[in-house]
Amino acid sequence: MTATDTTTAAAHSIVHGSFTIERTFPGVTPKRVFDAFATAQGKAAWFAAPEGQWQEIDRVFDFRVGGRERLHGRWASGDETDFDARYFDIVPGERIVYAYDMWHQGRKLSVSLAAIEFKAAPGGTLFRMTEHGAFLDGYDDAGSREEGTIGLVAQLERYLAG
Amino acid sequence: MASAQPERLDATFQALGDPTRRALVARLTQGPASVSELAAPFPMSLPAIHQHLAVLEGAGLIASQKVGRVRTCRIEPAALSQAERWLTERRAAWEGKLDRLAAHLKQFPDGEPT
Repeated sequence: MTATDTTTAAAHSIVHGSFTIERTFPGVTPKRVFDAFATAQGKAAWFAAPEGQWQEIDRVFDFRVGGRERLHGRWASGDETDFDARYFDIVPGERIVYAYDMWHQGRKLSVSLAAIEFKAAPGGTLFRMTEHGAFLDGYDDAGSREEGTIGLVAQLERYLAG
Repeated sequence: MASAQPERLDATFQALGDPTRRALVARLTQGPASVSELAAPFPMSLPAIHQHLAVLEGAGLIASQKVGRVRTCRIEPAALSQAERWLTERRAAWEGKLDRLAAHLKQFPDGEPT
């Protein structure tokens, strides 16, 4: 119930966090799921924002070790976000490791490491993604925290409404 | 030092995984309200609303205070610490993307369309 976090906007701060998401995709092979990450066409089908909510500013997709991926654009709300990643390890059909920074309104929000695994499972593919991130300098000041919460609730609302 | 606990995120998601509770939270983001004000738009009993509010309060998303016979609720933005908010946003963004990926894989199980 209590926030464990008293950082203010003025200070430079780092918050560390990690999370894992697992999903089973039925009826498809690990190779098939991997291809949805490995090809520009496959990734465009799901990774970018849904049609109408997003205007692309720059898109780079160079899927190889050392290659860069960038997804820079503007949301319908006017917010500008920039995902800028570099691939560090790729094992076709098995795993992808990349690091990225995330920008919002020209400000660097976070630097993260993401590791994705694709495993054969009964009847489909088990997908597991673990992300470790350093979240930089917070959003916090008296007003923006509440604003952020409202934005988050709206986002969750859209997400959970499916 | 902030720490983000998965159990806490689970509680947050579970609390928000119900349309009535999301509506209650959305209402409270506009300002504090009494339980009867909150209940007014819903076609359900006051005890049912109380139960939903208790879940939200248990997840730390709202706080309430009773003065006389009136219980007033307000949003608890601090409950979502920076770390939790960051994690919740990243996770929510991924869950949304993976929903789209699942739909894409279902539509094209044998490979990318040519």
